Amino acid sequence: MTASLQHPGYDPERLLCVAEKMPCRVSQAGTLLSLMGEPAQYSYPSIFLYGHRSTGKSHVINTLLMDLELPHATVSCVECVSVGLMFERVLLALFGPDTSTLLPRSPSLSDFVRIYRQQAPLSPANQTRYIVIEKAELLRDMDSNLLPVLVRLQELVDDNVTVILLSEIVWDRFRPNTGCFEPLILYFPDYSKGDLQQILSQDIHPSYSPELYSAFINILLGVFYSVCRDLRELRHLAALNFSKFCEPLKEGKVKESDTHKLWRNIEPHLKKAMQTVYLRDVSSVQWEQQLQQTEEKECAALKGLSAHAHVELPYYSKFLLIAAYLASYNPARTDRRFFLKHHGKIKKTNFLKKHEKTSNHLLGPKPFPLDRLLAIFYSVVDSRVAPSASVFSQISSLVTLQLLTQLGHDDQLDAPKYKCAVALDFIRAISRTVNFDIVKYLYDFL
Amino acid sequence: MSKRKLKDSPMPIGECISQVQTLLRERLCHQQLPQRPEGVDSQHKHLMELLKRTAVHGESNSVLIIGPRGTGKTQLLRCVLAELLAEEDVDKTLLQVHLNGLLQTDDRIALKEITRQLSLENVVGDQVFGSFAENLAFLLEALKKGDRSSSRPVLFILDEFDLFAHHKNQTLLYNLLDVSQSAQTPVAVVGLTCRLDVLELLEKRVKSRFSHRQIHLLPSLSFSQYLQAVQAQLHLPDTTFPDTTFCYDWNASLKALCEDKSVEAVLLRHFNSTKDFRSLHRLLMAILCRVSVNNPTIKPADLLDASRLLSADAMTNVLHGLSILELCLVIAMKHLNDIYDGEPFNLQMVYNEFKRFLQRKSNSLYNFELPVVMKAFEHLQQLEVVRPVDAAAAVAARAQREYQLVRLMLDHSQIMEALQKYPQCPTDVKQWAASAFG
Repeated sequence: MTASLQHPGYDPERLLCVAEKMPCRVSQAGTLLSLMGEPAQYSYPSIFLYGHRSTGKSHVINTLLMDLELPHATVSCVECVSVGLMFERVLLALFGPDTSTLLPRSPSLSDFVRIYRQQAPLSPANQTRYIVIEKAELLRDMDSNLLPVLVRLQELVDDNVTVILLSEIVWDRFRPNTGCFEPLILYFPDYSKGDLQQILSQDIHPSYSPELYSAFINILLGVFYSVCRDLRELRHLAALNFSKFCEPLKEGKVKESDTHKLWRNIEPHLKKAMQTVYLRDVSSVQWEQQLQQTEEKECAALKGLSAHAHVELPYYSKFLLIAAYLASYNPARTDRRFFLKHHGKIKKTNFLKKHEKTSNHLLGPKPFPLDRLLAIFYSVVDSRVAPSASVFSQISSLVTLQLLTQLGHDDQLDAPKYKCAVALDFIRAISRTVNFDIVKYLYDFL
Repeated sequence: MSKRKLKDSPMPIGECISQVQTLLRERLCHQQLPQRPEGVDSQHKHLMELLKRTAVHGESNSVLIIGPRGTGKTQLLRCVLAELLAEEDVDKTLLQVHLNGLLQTDDRIALKEITRQLSLENVVGDQVFGSFAENLAFLLEALKKGDRSSSRPVLFILDEFDLFAHHKNQTLLYNLLDVSQSAQTPVAVVGLTCRLDVLELLEKRVKSRFSHRQIHLLPSLSFSQYLQAVQAQLHLPDTTFPDTTFCYDWNASLKALCEDKSVEAVLLRHFNSTKDFRSLHRLLMAILCRVSVNNPTIKPADLLDASRLLSADAMTNVLHGLSILELCLVIAMKHLNDIYDGEPFNLQMVYNEFKRFLQRKSNSLYNFELPVVMKAFEHLQQLEVVRPVDAAAAVAARAQREYQLVRLMLDHSQIMEALQKYPQCPTDVKQWAASAFG
């Protein structure tokens, strides 16, 4: 494959223009162009493009179709919640605004194909028409006939039309039971580290030299490349953190050439960014404010979403939740040992069964009946609690708060089963507030 | 071959290539009809006879054409129809109704389509959009009024016949086949399907009205015929192609290509994996794309490239684009699969396995916290590399994300192959993947 984009059917100067817009994707664009052929020639009925997120699938396709002025319709399956919407958009883009009014109110595939067939000869195709469908994996959840119809649309409407499907997921997961017309499958490879460096270095800050920015990108990739290869995410992180990187330059402490000092300055910041901004724990606005603030309250001020996870609960609710946690993560056999006064001494090894070698904190919570929850509750609460309506209503309100989940909705009153849905850190924080040492009562940590 | 410049040719080479592309693309993509389909002579004759009896003598028939996808069912039917319509009188009298199970998803839509294709709309007037029962009654009435001698024969072609069998009560099929059984308007019902068990789908009353004529189209090509088919698909017609020199060169180079040993090996591999024409067309299309002014003939290397492009394992490609952390998680899952014998697992177990690797082997280069690992895990889930065991139950029970049971959708060899190809894969990760016990 040659480095420059060329095809006999299209104007070479325009192709040069197009090639500039897609760095590192010229060979893929070349393959696509050669598949599409000259505008008047037939192209393969359907092409399936797959590749990772932000590897330029939509960008390449849309730039090609847009800049070469080929008739095309681009629809995204996320927006088209019904097939009707999709048909409307396709007809609108291909045949002009009046055609979409021809569709009946809830159009079937048959209506779409019929109207397409009617309209196609009216505006005759001397060029291949393209229908680009983004996020094609959602097609599988729509009408079951939609995907088989789209991949053989050329045959059904008898027009020079090509359907291009874009997806992150491989074609093998798309194929319907009885099979369908197989599209031509193309892979968009991921960007290598060099490619990423090259692309990211393109958006330069006007007041600094390109070399500085490229050095910054190098450091950024050094930290994030092992976790994230998403170009969009990396670009976002670069934009957020560049001002911090330039801070020592502004203050005049460091010269531009002294990359080591700059690296020492920025690296801890980037590491922290991975745990906060990258996870969207702290929003990017917060993060930018944070960077502008002085360093003294740096650690304290950074409170992300996860810091707000602690909820204030009533006293008995706390104990109910603790009891639920104990019931979920301890085997029922060990309840005697933990919660009765005269249980005798039993070592853990004595009642360790063969299948219980893996801890429950690995396997997740187990369901438990209401009786067990109440029994544990009464034994962990010091005072005498009447089984009043308020205790039971607190259980159901814990379910509404999604701290507990109820299993098997068939039986609401008689012996319902529950599961505890909170993490260990959360329950520890709660038990600390009521002075209860939960770790002592957990079988896994015995 | 390619070195030979065509200086004395009346057309510049660019135009020749363009002509070749136009011609061959029409053949490969648009399924242009051949003069006569190959290797299906008896089926062709059978179908021809049958349709002719309906069209000319007014006999009612029903037939099913059954065969796997891409074996030329539609092509056979179209060829027969084209031949039939070429005869006198037939094109004036025969009415055709084309229905497709993919488009006409229920009987109401199908009925509207039939009315439309028989152009009865003006007769029915606004009744087209009347009730289903009225429409059906009218149509049946129209079909019943006719008789063998006077009325025009109607040919119903039901593509994706098996989907019509899923309609409610199979009303449409029942009525069509009923008309074909009784002495009313002569109709021929031709069904095309790829399901071999299609008769089991029919209700008893529908089945009893079907004539049980079946035409099976099974790929019966031998490898030498397959090679000939490849040549025939790429062959340029020397009589109609404008530049005879180019045409001659092209055909000669094509012949040389098919005799090449490496090409034969590639084609044999394709032949062994599938014999259908569609996949052959896909391969040839990928080859044809490489033909340009700089590369005016097909070389064996083009074919090898194209075949590699089409037969690449998609999952390996996907694994190639993962980050190191995600790859480590995949390896951890592979170990879990080995240890627990394919039992489903959750994120917590994967994380535990990953941490054990970090503690023992690596110099804490990839020391990531659980939320970062969870993000990587969710990305894998999005790519459908891992799948929840019971997605509906997980949503309903609002299970915690780290305890949701999932399964790995890859097999051992895919992971190992992807690791081999992974750019700059750290050695300790490679060793960890190879070691049997985590």
